[in-house]
Amino acid sequence: MLALVPGVLFSYFVQKIPEIGSGRVLFESTPWVPALGVSLGFRLDGLSLLFALLITGIGVLIFVYASSYLKGDRYLDRFFGFLLLFMSAMLGLVLSNNVILLFIFWELTSISSYFLIGFHNRDEESRRSALTALSITGLGGLLLLAGLIWAGNLAGSYSIGDMLNHAEVIRQSAYYPVILILFLAGAFTKSAQFPFHFWLPGAMKAPTPVSAYLHSATMVKAGIFILARFTPVLGGTALWQWALMGVGGFTMLYASVLSLAKRDLKGVLAYSTISALGVLTFLLGLGTDYAVVAACVFLLAHALYKAPLFLVTGIIDHETGTRDLTRLSGLGKALWPAALAGGLAALSAAGMPLTFGFIGKDLIYEATLHYESGWAWYLTALAIVTNVGLVAAGFLAGFKPFTGKVQEEFRHLHLPPALLWVPALVLALLGVVFGLFPGWAGAWLTEPAVKSIFQQYVPVQLKIWHGFNTVLILSLATLTAGIIIYLINTPRFRKSEFITVLERIRPGVVFGWLFIRTKQFAAAYTNFFHDGYLRSYIIKIILFAEALLIYELYRGGPFSVDFSKLSPVRFYDVGIVFILVGALYKTLKTSSRLTAVVCMSIIGYAICLLFVTYSAPDLAMTQFTIDTLTVVLFVLVLYRLPPFLKVRNVKIMVRDAAISILFGGLLAVICLRVLLEPTRYNISDFYAKYAYTLGKGRNVVNVILVDFRGFDTMFEIVVLSVAAIGVYSLLKLRLKASEKE
Amino acid sequence: MELVLVCLIGILYASGMYMILRRSMVKLLLGILLLGNATNILIFLLGNLTAGKPPVIPPDLKVFNDIYADPIPQALILTAIVISFGLTAFAIVLLKRVYVLVDSDDLDDLNTPEEEDI
Amino acid sequence: MRSTILQTASQYLLPILLLFSFFLLIRGHYSPGGGFVGGLVASIAFVLHSFANGVESTMRIIRYKPMSLIPIGLGLSTASMLLPLFFGKPVMTSLWVPEQLPVFGSVGTTLFFDVGVYLLVVGVVLTILFTISLFSE
Repeated sequence: MLALVPGVLFSYFVQKIPEIGSGRVLFESTPWVPALGVSLGFRLDGLSLLFALLITGIGVLIFVYASSYLKGDRYLDRFFGFLLLFMSAMLGLVLSNNVILLFIFWELTSISSYFLIGFHNRDEESRRSALTALSITGLGGLLLLAGLIWAGNLAGSYSIGDMLNHAEVIRQSAYYPVILILFLAGAFTKSAQFPFHFWLPGAMKAPTPVSAYLHSATMVKAGIFILARFTPVLGGTALWQWALMGVGGFTMLYASVLSLAKRDLKGVLAYSTISALGVLTFLLGLGTDYAVVAACVFLLAHALYKAPLFLVTGIIDHETGTRDLTRLSGLGKALWPAALAGGLAALSAAGMPLTFGFIGKDLIYEATLHYESGWAWYLTALAIVTNVGLVAAGFLAGFKPFTGKVQEEFRHLHLPPALLWVPALVLALLGVVFGLFPGWAGAWLTEPAVKSIFQQYVPVQLKIWHGFNTVLILSLATLTAGIIIYLINTPRFRKSEFITVLERIRPGVVFGWLFIRTKQFAAAYTNFFHDGYLRSYIIKIILFAEALLIYELYRGGPFSVDFSKLSPVRFYDVGIVFILVGALYKTLKTSSRLTAVVCMSIIGYAICLLFVTYSAPDLAMTQFTIDTLTVVLFVLVLYRLPPFLKVRNVKIMVRDAAISILFGGLLAVICLRVLLEPTRYNISDFYAKYAYTLGKGRNVVNVILVDFRGFDTMFEIVVLSVAAIGVYSLLKLRLKASEKE
Repeated sequence: MELVLVCLIGILYASGMYMILRRSMVKLLLGILLLGNATNILIFLLGNLTAGKPPVIPPDLKVFNDIYADPIPQALILTAIVISFGLTAFAIVLLKRVYVLVDSDDLDDLNTPEEEDI
Repeated sequence: MRSTILQTASQYLLPILLLFSFFLLIRGHYSPGGGFVGGLVASIAFVLHSFANGVESTMRIIRYKPMSLIPIGLGLSTASMLLPLFFGKPVMTSLWVPEQLPVFGSVGTTLFFDVGVYLLVVGVVLTILFTISLFSE
């Protein structure tokens, strides 16, 4: 049922195809944080549409598939919640027209994918790879944000539309290289480019529907998306080209070779996905008309064959309980629909003529061959080697488990429910349909996307047959080489020296080290500041405050007190203060609870006397009554408790005394300082003036309490009631509970 | 007189802080009360001391014709005193409950052992 | 704690203190006093009585649970706060009865507000203290 959500969205976007195809761009905008130039701005152009269709379209199938794959899981509802969250974030990302908004969605995809990857949260490995993925993509996201804000400030607006118009300003800025590096850091981490690629194979711990959705069609393509989106803004420079071609080129070669060494089906797919992402980055780096068209087509083709391969893997895993390539063979008979889907997808991955993959591969060769410099042949060679690897990997995933002899343990497999294999088959067939009628995909999907990357019209005509030319020969050669490699790539051969050397290049190790160190540092830091003793927390806070106060007082410079303005010292005031200090001394010294409480009340009464002598009758009465009640309270509760603990540690006492005396002294100095400031009586005069004329009362304090500041009093009595209810419930309710026992 | 009160405030703050740093929960509570008292006097002091002139308008007048004590600090302190009673009552009952449960007045007994290796 | 002198004295002190607290309450607008102080004095009167005669007998005099005074006081204060709304004035505008009464002086919403505070303070203090002393026994 939940599949309806992406389904409806999908049909909405399908219905927009003709409109966008004709070259229009739809906008929708609502102000959000106008002060920061952040708006809820959305744009739907060719590029967004291509991604939106992929996200929702594959989304429908994934929802259907997952409902069967995870049937009976305790947290299925949670899973769909995360999946929906992820889908919405991804849609928001490709549709947003404001870089801040884009960043928010970007991070949302990271966070929701964290939950999805770590869905089996009882498995430690699963938790760790989720955390790795989150920290890598999250870190990249922050760098991306820095780059985007910088670029936005240069352009004078955070709107992507405005940034497109001010592209020249950004490109010619002296800060352009820094912006570009920050930006690329974001894109490369998300799209798993070397050296950040290692999170993607780790993320294969996720349930297979998640892998199929996130790591073939959506999340990892987000990096590609922003590369494409910002090509008109940041692209076209030599730095851009070299960075993308260098990183993309190396990634595609490295990952495609490595994918052949994997025994785990999902591992093969993970590395071949990284390789495909490398190809896309590489093509966007080339930046020629051919290359961008090739990128858009290959993007679509890859989504259409990689997703079914993942789904088929999921079916195999679901039915046999293993993904080990050395054990899987001959499943074709039992799982025939899966075999069909896997086979078609593998053919498309291999670029067999009449599949959409073929067209994608053709265009890649066209792009490298037409690169106008002496590098054309080297680049083509690079592309060929990569593609040979991809062909072999595709066959490995799509054919290997289904062919050969049936293992004894898998002889009694049943056909899985239709909900599992139909989505895979639909996607695989779609790959063939697009391959047979490439004109459709070209006109509807690719052309508008290419247009929004270049910001100008580029004709895209996809054909099945280009004629007998170099490209075709290269394609066929690739296919043959790939098949040969597939055939000789037996488990024994896989463990050759060459691969182990490659395996050693693992930036993941560096990251893991950093990760552990960060955790250790955090633990040490936390343990230092949070040792669990209230006293030490207070001491740290107070010491810090004292340091700040001393600094501020020092900055304020010296000051002097004008004694003539002060009121005279009267002897009974001194008497009161002496009583107070004496009682205070006794409170500190005594080891008897009752004495301490009595001394506290003496302090209170002394303060009450102070209020009397300095014209505050209301205060004196309140203080007197409250003090009396407080003593009653203490006596009622405490008279049964034993005397104070005898913990005498002179060192600690001296330390605490020093801190306290410094604290008291500082506050006294500040108090003096404040006294020296000229006082303004505006507010008091206002109250005094209107107390009788407006408030009809002569006791100004009372008029303030019940009239001028009545709201404060209102809330005060609410607080009092809460305290009373708190006391009541603490005692009464617990009493009842213990009575029951 | 202001200087005397300033010293008094300093002493009250210092002893309140010292009490808060003790291990006994009752002392902690007394320390908080002392800090509250100190703050009340501080606010009172900032309203300038005026002896014998309460902020009550004489019966035959509509406004003051003489100097008067500042009513605002008084209103503030009055509120503070009453609220502090609520606080004390709640804290003391909490303390009592803790005492009944843990059978100790020692703050350190409340610490639960934490996992050492995170 | 039971002493005949205290018991007898508290019999007479209770009404006198209550009267005093009431006086503090209604004259609070003109001379020192008011809802808070009045309420506190009234609660001290009850607490004193409970010391001499036990909490149960004091509860018998009050008849109602002191806790029920809290909503009454809060409600009265809130009502006097909201009353101006019905006369088309902003919340908390004070309204006055035109004539002056002999003891009360001007009567208006602020007085009702203060009465609410008074009742609430009595309720809060007695709830806290009585709950604790019943618990301690």
